[in-house]
Amino acid sequence: MGELLNAIAIAGKSALGFQAVFYALLAIGLNMHFGYTGLLNFGQIAFAMLGGFGIAVSVTNWGLPFWLGVVIGVAASVVLSLLLGLPTLRLRADYLAIVTIAAAEGLRLLFRSVSATPITNGTQGISAFNGGFVRLSPWDTNRRFRLLGTTWGGGELWVTAVGWLLVAIFCLLVWLLVRSPWGRVVKAIREDEDAVRALGKNVYAYKMQSLVLGGVIGAFGGMVYAVATGSANPDQYQNANTFLAYAVLILGGAARVLGPVVGAIVLLFILQFTDTGLRLLIDNGIIPEGLLSSTDVAQLRFVLVGIGLMLLLVFRPQGIFGDRREVMLDAR
Amino acid sequence: MPAQAPAAEDAPRRLAQRALRGLPWEVGVAKPDPAIVVDDVTRTFGGLTAVSVDHLEIQRGGITGLIGPNGAGKTTLFNLLTGFDQPNTGTWSFNGRSLGKLAPHQVARLGVVRTFQLTKALSRLSVLQNMLLGAQGQSGESFLKALVPGTWRAQEKANTEKAMDLLRRFKLDAKKDDFAGTLSGGQRKLLEMARALMSDPEVVMLDEPMAGVNPALTQSLLGHVKDLREQGMTVIFVEHDMDVVRDISDWVVVMAAGRVIAEGPPESISQNQAVVDAYLGAHHDAPLTAEEEDQVLAEAQRAIAREAKRDGEVLRSDGTRADDERTTP
Ligand SMILES: Nc1ncnc2c1ncn2[C@@H]1O[C@H](COP(=O)(O)OP(=O)(O)OP(=O)(O)O)[C@@H](O)[C@H]1O
Ligand SMILES: [Mg+2]
Repeated sequence: MGELLNAIAIAGKSALGFQAVFYALLAIGLNMHFGYTGLLNFGQIAFAMLGGFGIAVSVTNWGLPFWLGVVIGVAASVVLSLLLGLPTLRLRADYLAIVTIAAAEGLRLLFRSVSATPITNGTQGISAFNGGFVRLSPWDTNRRFRLLGTTWGGGELWVTAVGWLLVAIFCLLVWLLVRSPWGRVVKAIREDEDAVRALGKNVYAYKMQSLVLGGVIGAFGGMVYAVATGSANPDQYQNANTFLAYAVLILGGAARVLGPVVGAIVLLFILQFTDTGLRLLIDNGIIPEGLLSSTDVAQLRFVLVGIGLMLLLVFRPQGIFGDRREVMLDAR
Repeated sequence: MPAQAPAAEDAPRRLAQRALRGLPWEVGVAKPDPAIVVDDVTRTFGGLTAVSVDHLEIQRGGITGLIGPNGAGKTTLFNLLTGFDQPNTGTWSFNGRSLGKLAPHQVARLGVVRTFQLTKALSRLSVLQNMLLGAQGQSGESFLKALVPGTWRAQEKANTEKAMDLLRRFKLDAKKDDFAGTLSGGQRKLLEMARALMSDPEVVMLDEPMAGVNPALTQSLLGHVKDLREQGMTVIFVEHDMDVVRDISDWVVVMAAGRVIAEGPPESISQNQAVVDAYLGAHHDAPLTAEEEDQVLAEAQRAIAREAKRDGEVLRSDGTRADDERTTP
């Protein structure tokens, strides 16, 4: 019983920790792209990588202050949106999907390549750039604090708190936007671009605005991740994260302001709980070692999540928050 | 908005019809007050010439019916005029302003709005949201102003009132909060038309607004289209039902194989040989009636008989050789 409570506490920490913030921010950006505007961005992680490396490179290599690093990270993600969007947003939706997926993989390979090593430090990655931020922590960074049954370092607590503040700010921003006439245009573009053009709206400009906004939100996700882990390594930014962010979005409910947030919390809870729980069962001999060893658990939990998502799509396609009527309309 | 109904009563009805009365019934004829002028517009898809219009003028304030067999190029012409497609050659203008290089949204902002042959209801938006989207010059549609509701709330309220007015006219007000995707096909046609009217357009281009609409609804749609004319709008519409065309058009333009083959008032069209050919031309390929079959058969037999006679002569003149062949073995 105590062990179970402990497993719940560990999963709870994961669900509220910086990783949940990371996925929530990625998914809020994707919600803007995919949920509201209908843009298929399959390379959201590239924006996050530019955010993380924006700070890391600026501070460590160029000796710039932390906050300037943030600005540079944002600027880099804006430039990436423009580069990806300019040629593709006039074309059919699939073109953006292809280009973003290629850009995410290509940028990661570029960042870890030998020729980029002077700037990105290649596969070693960059560390020790978050001092300027952690120093501001109101909590003692050398102490550990007990919270909800687990312990948190002071710096960790600080980064996570700021992360959730960012999540709140971006949720507010998205909420303000999608209930405005701007949001109406964007949602209409998701439904049928040509109808919107015929009504005198510059579809291309709206798609670009949406792409930039979602990308910037993703970049902030990458910054939180980099600052929380204290390192920026290209291999942290595998494109699998984009698809996990999509899972978060679908789990929570697309085109709902809080969908990505709840999705991130629930998904990370499940991932961590199945991990701790399965190890517990193996350690106690309830699952025989021959059937499943603790090294398999890390992979198996993703299989379980995959099955869970499939069941979700069968029985509740709108996700936790979505509107079933709305989702089923497409079936007509 | 409320001023329109009484004004319509006083206004002399069917001004355009009167203005067009004296015109000759010939292709490319100049109109007294053209809103849209098309010159030498061609559009080819590979080897197929979908549109090739030398000169066409559309009278302001009238209802112009655009008819023609399937594949005549009517929709393609609409696409070209509204910027949804680019022609190979040609120019066209609206109120004397060339629309050549404009994007679809720029054309719409000038006051030329269209509907689509395949209705484009924005399914996962409510009926009212669909309508509000049609309003022009909304400050809340800019990114930064959207974040400050105070800057657009009053305008939104005014637009909502206007939208509800239109929805009442189109008998859709009870559905205002339903998703547009739940409407029936005919209701979607109505919604698309009402939405286009939210922008107070000068020219409305309707691509088969009556297709798939039940007869009772067709009557009400026709009423709406006539209303538009009374409000001074220029209407161009594509329609296959000749009764409808005859009923509401002031002028009819007939296209076939990409060209304008005839234009004139509705009553001129059925007498026009080119039109009859264009429409019935298709029927020549259709299965023949028994009489026609007999005729064709008789014709063929006569032809064969003639051939046989000539062949016979040849044989006879070659008779010796034929005999040789017979005797050789
Ligand atoms: N995008 C395209 N690519 C290739 N051919 C096209 C394209 N659009 C139209 N066409 C061709 O151009 C011709 C005219 O088509 P259009 O849609 O304008 O006909 P229409 O007069 O509207 O016919 P309908 O009454 O059936 O709607 C057709 O032969 C069609 O096959
Ligand atoms: Mg057509």
